[in-house]
Amino acid sequence: MAQITRDEIVHIEKLAMLNLSEQEIDNYTKDMQEILNYAEIINNIDTSNTDETIATTEQFNKFRKDEVIPSKTRENLLQNAPSQVEGMFQIPNVIN
Amino acid sequence: MAKEDYEVVIGLEVHCELSTKTKIFCSCTNEFGGEPNTHCCPICMAMPGTLPVLNEKVVEYAVKAGLATNCQIARNSKNDRKNYFYPDLPKAYQISQFDMPLCYDGYINIETEEGEKKIRLERIHIEEDTGKLNHDDYGRGSLLDLNRAGVPLIECVSKPDLRTKEEVDSYLKKIKSIFEYIEISDCKIQEGSLRADVNISVRKKGTEELGTRTETKGMNSFRSISRAIEYESNRQIEVIENGGKITQETLRWDDISGKTFSMRDKEDAQDYRYFPEPDLAGIQLSEEYIETIKNALPELPESRKKRYLSEYQLIPKAANFVTSSKYYSEMFEEAIEICKNPKIASNLMMSEIARILNEREEEPEQIPFTGKELGELVELIDKGTISSSISKKVLEELFENPKSPTKIIEEKGWIQISDEGAIKEVVLKILEANPQSISDFKAGKDRALGFLVGQAMKETKGKANPKLLNQLFIEELKK
Repeated sequence: MAQITRDEIVHIEKLAMLNLSEQEIDNYTKDMQEILNYAEIINNIDTSNTDETIATTEQFNKFRKDEVIPSKTRENLLQNAPSQVEGMFQIPNVIN
Repeated sequence: MAKEDYEVVIGLEVHCELSTKTKIFCSCTNEFGGEPNTHCCPICMAMPGTLPVLNEKVVEYAVKAGLATNCQIARNSKNDRKNYFYPDLPKAYQISQFDMPLCYDGYINIETEEGEKKIRLERIHIEEDTGKLNHDDYGRGSLLDLNRAGVPLIECVSKPDLRTKEEVDSYLKKIKSIFEYIEISDCKIQEGSLRADVNISVRKKGTEELGTRTETKGMNSFRSISRAIEYESNRQIEVIENGGKITQETLRWDDISGKTFSMRDKEDAQDYRYFPEPDLAGIQLSEEYIETIKNALPELPESRKKRYLSEYQLIPKAANFVTSSKYYSEMFEEAIEICKNPKIASNLMMSEIARILNEREEEPEQIPFTGKELGELVELIDKGTISSSISKKVLEELFENPKSPTKIIEEKGWIQISDEGAIKEVVLKILEANPQSISDFKAGKDRALGFLVGQAMKETKGKANPKLLNQLFIEELKK
């Protein structure tokens, strides 16, 4: 059975750019382990006679023609942005 | 051990923006530029509840790229979701392809100093580009423009078959030229429509095992790619020579300092959690579909080169040069329709046009005149209306004010003097002014003739017919 370590939670915290407290890290370590344990049920299913899934739909080749359709205005698209500058989304600095 | 005892092993990941009319998963325009966030819709902005639909041209262009680079084309393929967190990626995942790329197992041939070399391609897959984060000078955070989000890309991954920066340069130019020929991308490295990430490792010569590699990103010209390879391979050799170990990491090239900097090491390695994209249908390509695309491919550089060698008897260097770019090749074919002298046409391109472009720091697609003007110019040389030194001036003029070369030479008074009487006059004048050269010539110094011809050319501002000039000097000197 897959075991999750505290270090892995810290690694995921970093990748997800989260800032967790020690207590939260402990909680997530426990919760994630429970989620993994639950998902383990799937591993017990015999798939030796099942084809590998390559698409989650049974459909193929649902394509779109390469034709431009004008979209909504910028004002419209940005109307729910918490803050904007010169027509762009304003977000916290990425590189300090 | 010295630097010479190491072999540098390089593999390339080339990203190329496809020149379709619309984006990969929505009907927004794929045009370059535009005011921020004006080429966007709820789909490429990742608004909740939107669904992507694959652009059929993206599949077609990728298959074209695969066929033109000798790849196998997958009959069954799919898109996968690549998860990572970065603000220029609005969905927090990129739709790409993981284990079933559209094209795989290809190769291209490149020119090296030791002759032709085969570089294997691992795969070509389709994916979407990200948006652009702009730095704000007024400290208002980062500013996000999503015009480029959802622009279709192909990523072309080579095997680690490249060994030197010269080979990398040759490889990139070949890829660029092939993609231009098949008209799937404008391949402008300065506008970012062609980008290359470089995987580099070093190993002692004679050993088989690959060293630990680093991946370098962020180069925006052929020159900075060469510099980055030079810097990074030397850095790795130095680390090993000093008893250190290479860490597998992603590096960012900084063009100003000329150094690579660590972006993230293995500890930070992204866990992309790839899985089949649930919002898109699978891709199944029929034999007829692939055959149709194959039959519609234009003639590729390799085949054109062979044809130029046999049909027009170009020397290999000239044939390589003319086919190195679609724009050169089209110009050449248009020119020889008119002038019937492929040799002069290719020589002018290889020496003069390439030199002028280099001086102007421009690319072949920026040449402001066509093969028609070039052909007309070659005709003028061929007929003896102008000398080859005047032809250089006409080319300079064509770059400044493109118009008919016949008009240019008329307006500038550059028509070659082929009138025997007029030339003889000049010959006599030069001989009179240079008695020393006459005696030098008679004493067997052939160089004296060259000097006299040069003086006469100077006198006529390059307009004298050189053949006639030579002939008349010899006649006079032998009297």
